[in-house]
Amino acid sequence: MTPPSTPAPTRALRSLRSRLGTTGLVYLALAVLLAVSAALVAARGENLLTTANTVDLLTRSSLLGFLAIGQTLVILCRSLDLSVGYVAALSTVVAATTMAGDPSRVVLGVAVTLGVAGLIGLANGLVVTGLRVNPFIATLGMGLIIKGYLDTNFQGPAGEIPAAFQAFGYTRISVLPVSTLVMLGMAVAAVLFLRRTRTGYHIYAVGGDAEVARLSGIRSGVPTVTAHVLCSVTAGVAGLLLAARFGTGSATVYSGGYELEAIAAVVLGGTYLLGGRGGVAGTVAGVLILATLDTVFNVLAVDPFVKEVLRGVIVIAAVAVYARGGNSGARTRFPSGGAAPPSPGPRPGSRAAPDPGSEPSPQPLGGRR
Amino acid sequence: MRVPRVLLAGAAGLTLMLTACTTDAPTDAVEGADLTPDQEWFDEAEFETQLAQREITPEGPEDQPWLQAIEPEWIDTSEFAHESPEDATLCFSNASVSNPWRVTGSITMEQQVEALRDQGRIGEFRVSDAADNDNQQISDIQAFVDSGECDVIIISPSTTATLTPAVETACESGVPVVVFDRGVNTDCMVTFIHPIGGYAFGADAAEFLVEELEPGSTVLALRILPGVDVLEHRWAAAQRIFADSELDVLGYEFTEGDGAKIKDLVSQHLQRGEVDGIWMDAGDGAVAALEAFEDAGQPYPVISGEDELSFMRKWREEDLTAIAPVYSNFQWRTPILAASMILAGEEVPSEWVLPQEPVRANELDEYLERNEAMPSLHYAKFGGEDLPGYPEAWTER
Amino acid sequence: MTPTPTQDTRGSGALAALAALGRGGTATVALLLALIFAGIATQNPSFFEGPPLMAFAQKAAPLVVLAIGQYLVIVSGEFDLSVGSLVGAQVVVAARLIDGREDMTLPVIGLMMLFGLAVGLVNGLVTTLLRVPSIITTLGTMLILFGAVRYWTGGAPTGALSESFRAFGRRGIEGVPVLGEIPWALLIALVLTVGAVLCMRSPFGRSLVATGDNDVAAAFSGVRVWRVRTMAFVGSSLMATVAAVLIGGYAGVTAQVGDGLEFTAITAVVLGGVVLGGGRGTVVAAVLGALTLEALFTLFTQFYLPSTFQPSVQGLIIIAAVAYAARRGDLRLPERLRRRPDHPTERSLGTSRR
Repeated sequence: MTPPSTPAPTRALRSLRSRLGTTGLVYLALAVLLAVSAALVAARGENLLTTANTVDLLTRSSLLGFLAIGQTLVILCRSLDLSVGYVAALSTVVAATTMAGDPSRVVLGVAVTLGVAGLIGLANGLVVTGLRVNPFIATLGMGLIIKGYLDTNFQGPAGEIPAAFQAFGYTRISVLPVSTLVMLGMAVAAVLFLRRTRTGYHIYAVGGDAEVARLSGIRSGVPTVTAHVLCSVTAGVAGLLLAARFGTGSATVYSGGYELEAIAAVVLGGTYLLGGRGGVAGTVAGVLILATLDTVFNVLAVDPFVKEVLRGVIVIAAVAVYARGGNSGARTRFPSGGAAPPSPGPRPGSRAAPDPGSEPSPQPLGGRR
Repeated sequence: MRVPRVLLAGAAGLTLMLTACTTDAPTDAVEGADLTPDQEWFDEAEFETQLAQREITPEGPEDQPWLQAIEPEWIDTSEFAHESPEDATLCFSNASVSNPWRVTGSITMEQQVEALRDQGRIGEFRVSDAADNDNQQISDIQAFVDSGECDVIIISPSTTATLTPAVETACESGVPVVVFDRGVNTDCMVTFIHPIGGYAFGADAAEFLVEELEPGSTVLALRILPGVDVLEHRWAAAQRIFADSELDVLGYEFTEGDGAKIKDLVSQHLQRGEVDGIWMDAGDGAVAALEAFEDAGQPYPVISGEDELSFMRKWREEDLTAIAPVYSNFQWRTPILAASMILAGEEVPSEWVLPQEPVRANELDEYLERNEAMPSLHYAKFGGEDLPGYPEAWTER
Repeated sequence: MTPTPTQDTRGSGALAALAALGRGGTATVALLLALIFAGIATQNPSFFEGPPLMAFAQKAAPLVVLAIGQYLVIVSGEFDLSVGSLVGAQVVVAARLIDGREDMTLPVIGLMMLFGLAVGLVNGLVTTLLRVPSIITTLGTMLILFGAVRYWTGGAPTGALSESFRAFGRRGIEGVPVLGEIPWALLIALVLTVGAVLCMRSPFGRSLVATGDNDVAAAFSGVRVWRVRTMAFVGSSLMATVAAVLIGGYAGVTAQVGDGLEFTAITAVVLGGVVLGGGRGTVVAAVLGALTLEALFTLFTQFYLPSTFQPSVQGLIIIAAVAYAARRGDLRLPERLRRRPDHPTERSLGTSRR
């Protein structure tokens, strides 16, 4: 990788970034996208922000939002979860069979679903940290295990969601679907978790550099396992939303390709794929960007295959733009702007364990990814 | 190091156990696969109805099977009559165009739209494609309802149970709803259009094998995916018919419709013994299955495929003993025609059961001739020969 | 690194240790392969009687070729998720362009190679020069190829492959004693494997491994990291093109061809003990990983393992195999813990000299 020269647009991007922060840049991208889309749709004599389209956009974002929020936590500590689609599918089945159409069992159904999802997350986390299996393989393997279980036991719809709980999928307050409110609530909770709790700090620290984190007395296993558990639980919530919308459990939803879409949303949101930098606020914007694209494609009646092509191009282009804006000399491990960077570890020992290599050092060649 | 070893031993033990469990399977399979249809997928009454429907002469014009209906119950739609149908908007929520059968059908549908639009019987036609994603399709239908611009909503559901609430929402909006292909668990729509169904398809195939093969012959079943109702019904019917026969069903395999997988699976079965018959729940990849016999130097099996052209051409070339069960592709025309009838306030059948007849050896040449210009992966009974775009729209897809 | 003496002895372990690690990975997967073959033999003794074995080799060859390509990318520290889509795209494009005409075979294969080259270049350059993480780059190319080809063909493949095109994946040298027919696919896979082994021993191969191990250090020792990685992506796409020729030849055109192959290929490579994140593992191990995975699928069929249940067993086995390898020290620290920017001089005994 040769040190690239710095063309003017890059410089402009960089200064913009330093003023806005990565998250700010993502929201700016979202705003630009909305403006361009509205103009495009208006050019066809239609209106992008009708109630119908807004509801559509927000509903699309809730499902992906749940999955992407959890995925953000996992990616922040340098892991990855490829099993979320399968966990969501399993959750629809668990929820629907537990509730079995009985409104009085809704709470039980939610609890059991999230419990099962959490256990899967725990297993993922332990395999990654304890058995030291690469997260890519660990979670891919977990996904396959769940797939086998679902294919063997649930060939088709299972259980029934009572009408009371279906409201989670369909009710809305003016243009705001309840599911979107829940998603935004979870996003806020995740932001608070990352900024205000010790484990939250540790997630950044472990993702930033596990060894420094370890040397500063953080047990790297705990944050990683916590992140995996939370990620699976959010996938469980996504499953609950799907079940509420379907009115039944559907084992085959795993084929929706949710895991890769969630990862794309996280990266679009400015979170660094190798951990340590980024945050949930950016992810929400990333999710909204993808949902906006879907809605606009729908309104403009874009051919479904062209849709895929455009999605691919836009995701690559957007991430390339962030990378361009962000390759200034010192690539600190922690978010450079917006989100207050938590210190690598709250304990005083953090700086007392010098490791020349892992100090947030200048990387003249910018090679690591 | 000790703890991890224990964990590993555990994992290894679990794996062994899982493998060990499965050693029971061969005895089962050698003696024949489980031929009790899954309760979840087997509805005795519906099975009997579909088998009977195969024998009933449908009402309607003989040369236009897409307008025929088996034992229709006509209902009044005058409440939906539109003052100026040429301005009416048809909204179509499609599950996907992710397989050749759906691609062929959606082209036919577009051509039917062109034809009716030229006649001023319908206006704008909007399509949203959910790419096989149930949740996406729910959003798509919701978006149609919320837009308030649709005069008829046509839905081809991606799965039965999960789309039910969305279809109900569409019905509640007061817009006439037309559902076709896979069904939903509600009868709120104006009309539900479908060919006879999966049981009839699976039974046509299985009965043919039972008839053509000597008692004691071996049959291998190739299925695409578990859990898709139209496909599960085909297998359930076949299980039922094989159970009453003297055939030895070796088992079934899921292939995802992938030629390489089909060929590999069939080759492996051939390594271990003869396979006299192949039952398929869809024709995708039937040619790959036949090539496995060629490459192993074994005689061709008796086979049930589908009215897909690469299979039918192979059938004629190699003079196979075969049948092509049909899941009537021409059904893609009917929803548009039904929509135009509803806009005109004409009566439509509340459940519009279209004829579904397999292609047998005596009709093979006729269908191949009619479709001579068509590419492979096109379906012989697509029923679009009289549409204005024929044949370019299908040959140059 | 002084504060972590244990890490240090392991981390900067001598060259010999590194070589041993490579062999260790190969040994693990070879053992697994032997076990699976033994399992198959109990069910189907005739499996090793020539023709069935050749049939297995023919079926496994495309995955072997894909694994070689994926190995190049993984060992350099990246991913290639686009290979499944690329295989699908290539087969469908070939069928449409050839449309059954024999004389089109060679020109179309040439065109496929150029197309593969172009896709590899785009993947590589976007990843290295534009600094897009490879998982996103190749996810993007996967979507683009998937959509573009289906748009071009209207959703379902058209046309047909010619017999001479199909010969590569379907035919072989006939009349060989004992074996029956030696498939061309097997020979192609063998040649590519030998080629890849030689390539990994060349200066290019060494810089590739060094880049994957620690690209900062590699850059300091004069490796042009962006070029090496781009070459790896090009290699992967070209291998996917060869795999497309073999798969298309083996089974013809179906709409689903290539689906999910990217994950199968990555799994095969990792099963061979190659570390995601780069710098560890050998080509031979990756090839053995691919054979093991194919053998596993065969074992499932031979045992009449219910189709629906196979993914579960597959998942357990790959996790267990990777965990086992990690315990044996083949993987030592998880990749995420290991990839730290060490000061270049610290690596003088390790990779930077290689």
